[in-house]
Amino acid sequence: MAAAHCFGRASTALAALLLLSFGSFAASQIEDQAEQFFRSGHTNNWAVLVCTSRFWFNYRHVANTLSVYRSVKRLGIPDSHIVLMLADDMACNPRNPKPATVFSHKNMELNVYGDDVEVDYRSYEVTVENFLRVLTGRIPPSTPRSKRLLSDDRSNILIYMTGHGGNGFLKFQDSEEITNIELADAFEQMWQKRRYNELLFIIDTCQGASMYERFYSPNIMALASSQVGEDSLSHQPDPAIGVHLMDRYTFYVLEFLEEINPASQTNMNDLFQVCPKSLCVSTPGHRTDLFQRDPKNVLITDFFGSVRKVEITTETISLQQYSEMESSYKEDQMDEELMEPLKYAEQLPVAQIIHQKPKLKDWHPPGGFILGLWALIIMVFFKTYGIKHMKFIF
Amino acid sequence: MAAAMPLALVVLLLLGPGGPARAESPRDSLREELVITPLPSGDVAATFQFRIRWDSELQREGVSHYRLFPKALGQLISKYSLRELHLSFTQGFWRTRYWGPPFLQASSGAELWVWFQDTVTDVDKSWKELSNVLSGIFCASLNFIDSTNTVTPTASFKPLGLANDTDHYFLRYAVLPREVVCTENLTPWKKLLPCSSKAGLSVLLKADRLFHTRYHSQAVHIRPICRNARCTSISWELRQTLSVVFDAFITGQGKKDWSLFRMFSRTLTEPCPLASESRVYVDITNYSQDNETVEVNPPPTTTYEDVILGTRRTYAVYDLLDTAMINNSRNLNLQLKWKKPPENGYIHYQPAQDRLQPHLLEMLIQLPANSVTKVSIQFERALLKWTEYTPDPNHGFYISPSVLSALVPSMVAAKPVDWEGSPLFNTLFPVSDGSSYFVRLYTEPLLVNLPTPDFSMPYNVICLTCTVVAVCYGSFYNLLTRTFHIEEPSTGGLAKRLANLIRRARGVPPL
Repeated sequence: MAAAHCFGRASTALAALLLLSFGSFAASQIEDQAEQFFRSGHTNNWAVLVCTSRFWFNYRHVANTLSVYRSVKRLGIPDSHIVLMLADDMACNPRNPKPATVFSHKNMELNVYGDDVEVDYRSYEVTVENFLRVLTGRIPPSTPRSKRLLSDDRSNILIYMTGHGGNGFLKFQDSEEITNIELADAFEQMWQKRRYNELLFIIDTCQGASMYERFYSPNIMALASSQVGEDSLSHQPDPAIGVHLMDRYTFYVLEFLEEINPASQTNMNDLFQVCPKSLCVSTPGHRTDLFQRDPKNVLITDFFGSVRKVEITTETISLQQYSEMESSYKEDQMDEELMEPLKYAEQLPVAQIIHQKPKLKDWHPPGGFILGLWALIIMVFFKTYGIKHMKFIF
Repeated sequence: MAAAMPLALVVLLLLGPGGPARAESPRDSLREELVITPLPSGDVAATFQFRIRWDSELQREGVSHYRLFPKALGQLISKYSLRELHLSFTQGFWRTRYWGPPFLQASSGAELWVWFQDTVTDVDKSWKELSNVLSGIFCASLNFIDSTNTVTPTASFKPLGLANDTDHYFLRYAVLPREVVCTENLTPWKKLLPCSSKAGLSVLLKADRLFHTRYHSQAVHIRPICRNARCTSISWELRQTLSVVFDAFITGQGKKDWSLFRMFSRTLTEPCPLASESRVYVDITNYSQDNETVEVNPPPTTTYEDVILGTRRTYAVYDLLDTAMINNSRNLNLQLKWKKPPENGYIHYQPAQDRLQPHLLEMLIQLPANSVTKVSIQFERALLKWTEYTPDPNHGFYISPSVLSALVPSMVAAKPVDWEGSPLFNTLFPVSDGSSYFVRLYTEPLLVNLPTPDFSMPYNVICLTCTVVAVCYGSFYNLLTRTFHIEEPSTGGLAKRLANLIRRARGVPPL
């Protein structure tokens, strides 16, 4: 009797235990599903990397941008999805002691320029107007594809800017500026046109935090290298090259990103901790109030990498038969055979050149200025000498 | 019946291969070539050419099967109705005086000239769109080409390919001298090659070596050419050329031995499998001055001789498709060595340090007979501090003369003299052997007139400033701070009364 009682109690205990475990399992599944719900809904990644400074002594800004370019390419974003804007050429600059290289670490340890780089906007093309046109998509129709930001509403875009800046503005090539209000308005235009899903804005300039103060569009997360009133400092010079190679904030961001691979689960909170005041001298800042997800759920690879969600299917697709392609190829063989032989043009036909007549320029009617000038002269003449001369003219 | 079946089978077998598995003769072919030319100044020029010939009519729309010919350029030809396209990016300048004539020279910066077909209605619009598309393909700012830098040459730039009539209305030419060439232009250029940079001669194209040169020029040329000797049909030719000149001093550390590894930091391992010809030519036309000869290692199996650019030249040929060439060592590292007579020149140079030591240049030269040798050196005088000038600086500054110590061959052999027995004028310099005599010659000193500062300037400035300050400021100060008031004349003292007394005595009016 006692044994049966014991057995009964044991069985109920076992049942209770099983039920509990099932319950917790179901709860964790729901939690997983909930977390899946809050993961990013992006399907493609874009990056717009801008260096706004010209001249050899601003080598570090080009190195900053190229180090982010290198990380972003390494983590999977292809060149067709990167818009790289460099305001000056440092690699093939006559002052560069090692041509075709841009180094980020002293003693020439890491060449961030690499062998496979595609710069989309270079030299004089890096202007405020072109930058805003790239962001908003209002580009002249003949612009090639590599110079366009063809993002849609499921794109996560990384925007990185570096250069010289101040409180509320960023200097482009020492001749013009972009203000934080213009930038915020550009992002709002992008939001209205559904050109991004989420946007990560990183800026490495003096007083960088002032550039993200005015953002008001949703789904933007921003990081800056220094607060308002602080200067962002450069990292280390190289005695052989003679200039500072990188800025501190981007240097430590590069070291942080070198640890990331496409499968990393590192999240944005780790990126916020990069470069504390002891290393950076300035205080890096960030802004997440416009962002809907919690930064600790946002993976670094959501913005810096191009991690695609792959769905494996077991359906089969049958390919077209080769013979169909070949029949169209056969038609190409039937080329016209010309009757008389062709010949190459003479490169310097002296006799022909001497005797050719120069083309007569088209006659244009005189412009408004000339007409007005003559009318004035004639009017003055007739006013002075009297209208009686008119009858001799007409 | 039994015999008929095998017959039917045999017939089927004969017909079988004639169906879908018919072998196509390739319609496009690739030839790659590298020419290495040692230049008279000691530098080495390397010219790569990759040529794809496509036997097809590209004008017809609907061509979609591209094999070796890059699709990006093929689509350009059909979309913009091009007849010829020549685009080059160059950094540096080809110094014809030191290097001899070039195979193909290009304008520094970016140069684009295009012949359109005569079916094009709006040439300027096509030209603008074409330059935009090319700027995207080659990562260059060719979109800055517009009417302000485009011309239509009327007599030069005749088509380099087949042409039946040349109406220059369809030609456009533009140059962007400010355009920089760097790896970002080389990368898409390399991607147009069929073997990219993986096999064949294109493995040598490494950016960090190619841009460390005195001259770098890469170009794309598209033109129609004759398909056969009778020239009754057209083929399209795409040539990608790349010329570089490696500096002897920078790359070779002053030595004149060259090898592929030293120039490109790579060696050739295998030919491009898609190439029908893959050759390296080395210019071994011997140099006759100073009995120098060029020795090439490994020794070539064949040579090629022809009249190139007006002179007869000999080239050593290395065919990468020849299996014996590569199989021996698994890689081909051509080496050029200069064989010179053992006595070399000697150069010693000590640069100047301001206010410490002057320049010193000593050179041992062998002067060839019946020739003129000019030696020149450029220098700068540093700006002096104003206390360091002499009292008469407008006289100029002296540069010390150069000294020439020479061993001149004698026409008549002299015998060694006894110092005590011979006259004094014969024993100035010791003579070791009688075949030559020693002489020391000097050039004139150089007097250089340099701009000098105006030493009276401080004195003039002080005078002028003080005058201005005294007159203007002084007057202003007086006007502001002085007050004027009428003064009663003083009635006078004892001396005045005494004087008036004397005057009354004399009969003169009083004071």
